[in-house]
Amino acid sequence: MDLGFGPEYDAFRAEVRAFIASHWPPEDGDLKSHANERAFVVAAIEQGYMHRSIPRAYGGSEQPYDIARAEIIREELTRARAPSGRIPGNGLVVPTLLEWGTEEQKQRFISPTLTGDIVWCQGFSEPGAGSDLASLRTRAELSSDGTKWIINGSKIWTSHAHKSTHIFCLVRTEPGAPKHAGISYLLIDLRQPGVTIRPLVQMTRQKEFNEVFFDNAETPVDMLVGERGKGWNVTRSTLKHERSGISAMTWPLSMFRDLVKLLKEVERDGQPAIKDLRIREELAAIEGELMSLVYSTYRSTSLDIHNQPGDTFSTMRKLYMTDLAGRMAKLARDAVEDDFADMGGARLKWIERFMISLSMSIAGGTSNIQRNIIAERVLGLPRERTSERAANSQGAAA
Amino acid sequence: MNFLLSPEQHALVDSVSGLLRDRCDALHVHQVFDTPGEAAFDAALWSALSELGVPAIMVPEAHGGLGLELIDLAIVSEALGRAAAPVPFLGHALAALAISLGGSEEQKERWLPALASGEKIATVAFGESPGRWAPDEWTLLGETLTGTKTMVPNAKEADLIVVGLGTGALAVVEKDASFTVARLDVADRTRPLDTVTFTDASAELLANGTVAAPRVFDAAAVLLAADAFGGADHCVNMSVEYAKIREQYGQPIAAFQGLRYQLVAMALATEPARGLYWFAAHAWDALPEKARHAAGQAKAHLAETYLQVTRDTVEAHGGIGFTWEHDTHIYMKRAMLDWAWLGTPSRHRQRAADLAGW
Repeated sequence: MDLGFGPEYDAFRAEVRAFIASHWPPEDGDLKSHANERAFVVAAIEQGYMHRSIPRAYGGSEQPYDIARAEIIREELTRARAPSGRIPGNGLVVPTLLEWGTEEQKQRFISPTLTGDIVWCQGFSEPGAGSDLASLRTRAELSSDGTKWIINGSKIWTSHAHKSTHIFCLVRTEPGAPKHAGISYLLIDLRQPGVTIRPLVQMTRQKEFNEVFFDNAETPVDMLVGERGKGWNVTRSTLKHERSGISAMTWPLSMFRDLVKLLKEVERDGQPAIKDLRIREELAAIEGELMSLVYSTYRSTSLDIHNQPGDTFSTMRKLYMTDLAGRMAKLARDAVEDDFADMGGARLKWIERFMISLSMSIAGGTSNIQRNIIAERVLGLPRERTSERAANSQGAAA
Repeated sequence: MNFLLSPEQHALVDSVSGLLRDRCDALHVHQVFDTPGEAAFDAALWSALSELGVPAIMVPEAHGGLGLELIDLAIVSEALGRAAAPVPFLGHALAALAISLGGSEEQKERWLPALASGEKIATVAFGESPGRWAPDEWTLLGETLTGTKTMVPNAKEADLIVVGLGTGALAVVEKDASFTVARLDVADRTRPLDTVTFTDASAELLANGTVAAPRVFDAAAVLLAADAFGGADHCVNMSVEYAKIREQYGQPIAAFQGLRYQLVAMALATEPARGLYWFAAHAWDALPEKARHAAGQAKAHLAETYLQVTRDTVEAHGGIGFTWEHDTHIYMKRAMLDWAWLGTPSRHRQRAADLAGW
């Protein structure tokens, strides 16, 4: 057994580290400027370190599939706090365009998406279509001259719409067709009079997701991706990602580090809270789960690297991390005691985390939907007879 | 990165699992469990496992062993836990490891070959109840031993006992020394436990016992964690299969969401813990600075998980799951031993917290 990437990768890591050191932080020291971030991303693509699975012709760096190299690059970028090249939305739309887009769509959209000149949001969920996404009702009709689509309806839970230039949308184009069959995948420019974006305020008081209203909004007829009426298939993009769960562990690991720091800082009965037997034991129990997450992820990643069939843990990871985040947030709550009621106080970050850990149980497939997926795909339980109805009533939103 | 078992390790597990399928099915375990009188082990099964090399796994090749690592021993422990095998593996493997790590060349040559072949049976005497299990908590002193050790696996059948001393050292007491053994009315009748009372018992110190003792203690934690993983995983599978065939209201009970979610919760608690016990074994083998902490974490987490999963297994089966004739109670009782032996999850977590510098 070997938990590292092996000495054959040491030289590669050194090379990546040297590249980053010579490009980041930027010369003017402005870590937040889009121009600096863009320049870094362009250089990293040129070097073969970012967007590795995307052809050069569309602005990617077209490298052979190598999950170990990809992980090393991510580790080094994180270590240096350099831009990751991940911009909300692009991880979803680019694979879709590569698989289903026309040559013209690929040429026009992929490269600017990778550099952040075009920013996408996802228009899938609607007020009446959450976990049961295929019941969506936003419709698009061809204009009488057949040159453009006219869109009416609304989307909800649209993350970062207020910071995006474009939206990729599922819309109903064939009103008479059965539920899944009448849906198409459309690309729409948000910067037009027919589009209204209204931010929703989260329980944390932050604004991250939005409602997007279409009132005779327009998009050219060639902005439809894949075949008309087959948008449902388009969302099932099969492009192989060079991603393991290792980078996804960054936040639970850093949340745990913050939790330990908090428990050393906060006093309880005249000593650091971490000395309290109950708190100490719960922290150790949480660490046991975190270690389970980390080393099962190493196992999944190893299977991937060595081209072996995937394991069942990969299907469970999201739900496991969601539960773990909730458990960490609750221990922080127990430690901050009175401050837990004060959103204007020093512990706001932990109050937010208490709530945000809950949003994880909703976004990207609710925890109850995750349980259904595990029941069917991992445990091989028969599909529920009432699964559609059940999914509707469970999924407040997806 | 290769956090996977090697082909040789898969072959080892396959050979042990194959033997257990043939010689240790559920019916057989019930028969051993229900044999009247004091709990006993299955000598024929142990002998067959010995032929496969199970007691030889970590014994050095120079002394008749296979010279393998703790990860190899742990994956076998998982297989034995899965089958609830009534064999003296735990005490024997730990005693052989103690002598391998702590014995002089002469001591190793004297004792190990017969332990590796399974010709003799050995065990470890660590516990001094209540809850005192670690080398720094042992109290027995002297050139000859007087005092009591509790929850000693298979002491009655053992040819030699490796005893933990108050100095943190280890000593070997042979069968003919002066001690008495009283078998507990154990919950887990697949793994009998004894109270051993020494009265001026002659004992021979292991040459490097103080170095070996904490390593053996950590290895014990890993082996229990592995056993717990095997048992818990078996309980999840058993519950899932039952849900698919048991019908009520004209459909398999697997169709009912309440039960489906309970089965998912059981799988979600169990499957990720495989990586934890693998890591604890691997750390013991290769990452000394992480080994103690990982062993404690694995034992705490798996023992707690296993016990809970057996409770869920009863619920998933309904009335039949609460009966003596069903397999579940045997696994629950193995979980009880995995939970209590070597100290509770709570004690291991406090220890892990100390090691983490909290």
